[in-house]
Amino acid sequence: MSDTIVPITTKKDWTSDQEVRWCPGCGDYGILQAVQFLMPELGVSRENTVFVSGIGCSSRFPYYMNTYGMHSIHGRAPAIATGLKVARPDLDVWVVTGDGDALSIGGNHLIHALRRNVNLTILLFNNRIYGLTKGQFSPTSELGKVTKSTPMGSVDPPFNALNVAIGAEASFVARTHDLDRKHMMETFRAAHAHHGASFVEIYQNCNVFNDGAFDGVTAKQSRPANMINLVHGQPIQFGADDERGVMMGADGQLRIVEVAEVGVDALLVHDAHRSDPSLAFALARLNSDDRSPTPFGIFRAVERPEYSSAVANQVMEASARKGPGDLAGLLRSGGTWFVN
Amino acid sequence: MTDIADQRSDLTELLDHVVIRFAGDSGDGMQLTGDRFTSVSASFGNDLSTLPDFPAEIRAPAGTVNGVSSFQVHISDHDIMTPGDAPSVLVAMNPAALKADLGRLEQGGTLILNSDAFEARDLHKAGYDVDPRHDGSLEGYRVIEVPMTSLTMKSAEPLGVKPRDAERSKNFFALGLISWMYTRPIDATLQWIQDRFGRNAQVAGANRAAFLAGFHYGETTDTFGHRFQVRPAALPPGEYTNINGNTALAWGLVAAGQLAHLPVTLGSYPITPASDILHELSKHKNFGVRTVQAEDEIAAAGVALGAAYAGHLGVTTTSGPGVALKSETVSLAVSLELPMLIIDIQRGGPSTGLPTKTEAADLNLAVFGRHAEAPVPVVAAYSPAHCFEAVIEAARLALKYRTPVYFLSDGYLANGSEPWRLPDVEGLPDISVAFAEGFNHVDEDGNEVFWPYKRDPETLARPWAIPGTPGLMHRIGGIEKEDGTGNISYTPDNHSTMVHLRAAKVAGIAKDIPQATVVGDTDAELCVLGWGSTWGAIADATRRVRAGGGKVAWVHLTHVNPLPANLGDVLRLYPKVLVPELNLGQLCRIVRAEYLVDARPVTKVAGLPFTAAELESAITAALA
Repeated sequence: MSDTIVPITTKKDWTSDQEVRWCPGCGDYGILQAVQFLMPELGVSRENTVFVSGIGCSSRFPYYMNTYGMHSIHGRAPAIATGLKVARPDLDVWVVTGDGDALSIGGNHLIHALRRNVNLTILLFNNRIYGLTKGQFSPTSELGKVTKSTPMGSVDPPFNALNVAIGAEASFVARTHDLDRKHMMETFRAAHAHHGASFVEIYQNCNVFNDGAFDGVTAKQSRPANMINLVHGQPIQFGADDERGVMMGADGQLRIVEVAEVGVDALLVHDAHRSDPSLAFALARLNSDDRSPTPFGIFRAVERPEYSSAVANQVMEASARKGPGDLAGLLRSGGTWFVN
Repeated sequence: MTDIADQRSDLTELLDHVVIRFAGDSGDGMQLTGDRFTSVSASFGNDLSTLPDFPAEIRAPAGTVNGVSSFQVHISDHDIMTPGDAPSVLVAMNPAALKADLGRLEQGGTLILNSDAFEARDLHKAGYDVDPRHDGSLEGYRVIEVPMTSLTMKSAEPLGVKPRDAERSKNFFALGLISWMYTRPIDATLQWIQDRFGRNAQVAGANRAAFLAGFHYGETTDTFGHRFQVRPAALPPGEYTNINGNTALAWGLVAAGQLAHLPVTLGSYPITPASDILHELSKHKNFGVRTVQAEDEIAAAGVALGAAYAGHLGVTTTSGPGVALKSETVSLAVSLELPMLIIDIQRGGPSTGLPTKTEAADLNLAVFGRHAEAPVPVVAAYSPAHCFEAVIEAARLALKYRTPVYFLSDGYLANGSEPWRLPDVEGLPDISVAFAEGFNHVDEDGNEVFWPYKRDPETLARPWAIPGTPGLMHRIGGIEKEDGTGNISYTPDNHSTMVHLRAAKVAGIAKDIPQATVVGDTDAELCVLGWGSTWGAIADATRRVRAGGGKVAWVHLTHVNPLPANLGDVLRLYPKVLVPELNLGQLCRIVRAEYLVDARPVTKVAGLPFTAAELESAITAALA
């Protein structure tokens, strides 16, 4: 189906007739818009596109796309999407999930979809809070977070979503945020183009239960000081005048340095294709909190065998070797005898 | 090579049936020995039924009662339904095996002991204070002691096999000896040894030497007197194979895919006693079968559901603990109204319970085990071979009604085997269904549209519109859907409508399945109602009761939910209804609730199937 000519479409064609029911001001609107603007540019057809989600605010996403879609059960979207993709590798399958859905109840399915490298585009809306259940801490909430279920502050230390993904051998790992449509579209485009499991963390503001969680990094006024844009092949620099950068110390630690002090040549040059994941892992945890310099962009994009095509190849190989299935022959394969 | 068994003309005694039990340590190869004896007997033309009985541990402490692994096989010259109530021959490779299984041996039965394994240390490990051979506890049995270990090691000496390695072949010595006693052809076994072990010449040689040594031991010593012959059974004409339940099930799934013209995608997580279905299906990728060994039981169900959404026959295989984990996904499948098979090879529980022993206590789980009103059809196989056609029937219902379907088998059917008259492949039913291809509704404005929840008026099934179909893009989810459009709807009336529609759809399947039929005396006072693997024991038991002049009727269910439409009327014809189950009365409670009949349970939860004798006495007692 991929070689059929795809008709030209617009954002409207990718928008379903369903009323969007997120809270006014939710960061999810921006993400939905970015995806709806991007889809016509990808050269894919609506009927071959499927959005699969779990449970949570973000997981309402499929209802708003005029594609095939399944709003499934909490945490299980990567498993269901794996079955879908194994059955039909020709389909374009997106998984939309949140920090609770992907990293708490569905952690096991996320890491194994990444490990298998199933060709899925996984968008994780990280708002560091449980929104749909009205405001409990999530596995990405900061330690000490005061919520309805933690009036004295959370004693749960958080996950770093990208570190989880890199630890699970993800072949494509990126971070973007809900306030920059252009950056989201470029990140999603690259994630979609990647053959394998693509994992994108989106910093997403929940203006009802965790408003301003990322303001220290993503708000316009914070960006010069705290937003680091990773560009493959370029020294890692940021600041209003690119005056700061990231360097690896003699002890192997990454450090924020003043370019004027160390010189551009001392900075790390970003290499998203590096097969060793250690640097990507370290970059992903460069920020100690959401008020310090934080890298965005593509941390890691490496090639490795994709799962659904490997499964399909075995089916083809078995058919080539043994010929098409012969049911009558199968029933006789254990040896038979005749009773007259 | 000519067949020694055929050449011998010495005295043989004809038997109409015999039950032999091989018992030894887990590492002694008793399952292999039993399997091999079964295969030879099957191709010889006997009817047969088997009961493998082994511990959950891969290698429990050697020589202990906990580590005993047994294989019981019943062969006969007429059709039989069970692996036999009590073995007439027990082969015990060590004192632990003797201790574990002596109680099963029939009075006056033959006991063949490996006398090399009765040293003080062996006796101690088995928990014997005194040697049972000398304390009178074996009186009443015909005891034959054979130094199997030393004879096996001696037989391998000329091959230069190390004594420790040679000792491992002693199960083949036992097989050879029993093959002589029961005049089994030996060429097939020698060939099988070559095929199976040929890559290691020493092992193949040692096994062959031990097998022949056992055979010749019977022939040349006077210990055994004469041999026995169990003639081929007068089975209906046809081509037969020997099959166990899990293989029949796996082949049934392959067949279901072919008959539905759909690829099969299996999501599974290894679990005893279901794993062999995953293993078997993984061999048949040339039938378009995809297998995913998932990260857990939940993911395995998710893979099956995802594949079903994509237009495959989605299947997940497991046992009780796995079913519990899959429950939420099954409820989603109920809500999404997508076809899916959940195959439960039941085992003793709760929790880990008795992983290698049989039980049929997941009926409630399959019929009721979901949150909210989530009806699911349930199909249960009654014999190893029946798993083949029963799983095709389960697939037919799933596809036609777009519903998850539970399929119940159990450890006894899964590992037990019987001769199976091969069906004519051309005569198997076409179970294919059509995918939605176009619009199915005209909206208020006169536009043609696709409504994912507009139902077939006959079956109440919704259209199956798979991704990739132009124009039919739609969203489905676990949130309640508006009748027809499938859009999210929280309105009270719509939810009520949808709950009733889902219930009516599954209940309506009763019109599409066979009526309950009575076997035996329709004018009897008592009707036995069975389901699943109790079939064989009920068949034998009712036969015995009727042979003894008693009158008894019998109804056996393959469809457990919904029940056959006439079942209530049938049961009400009988003043007494007896329901034998390997649980504490789960079907019994359902029929009491459904039909207000005074059904009484006969229960067994010992990790073992019913014997025919147990049910015969239960029926006799109920008739008295």
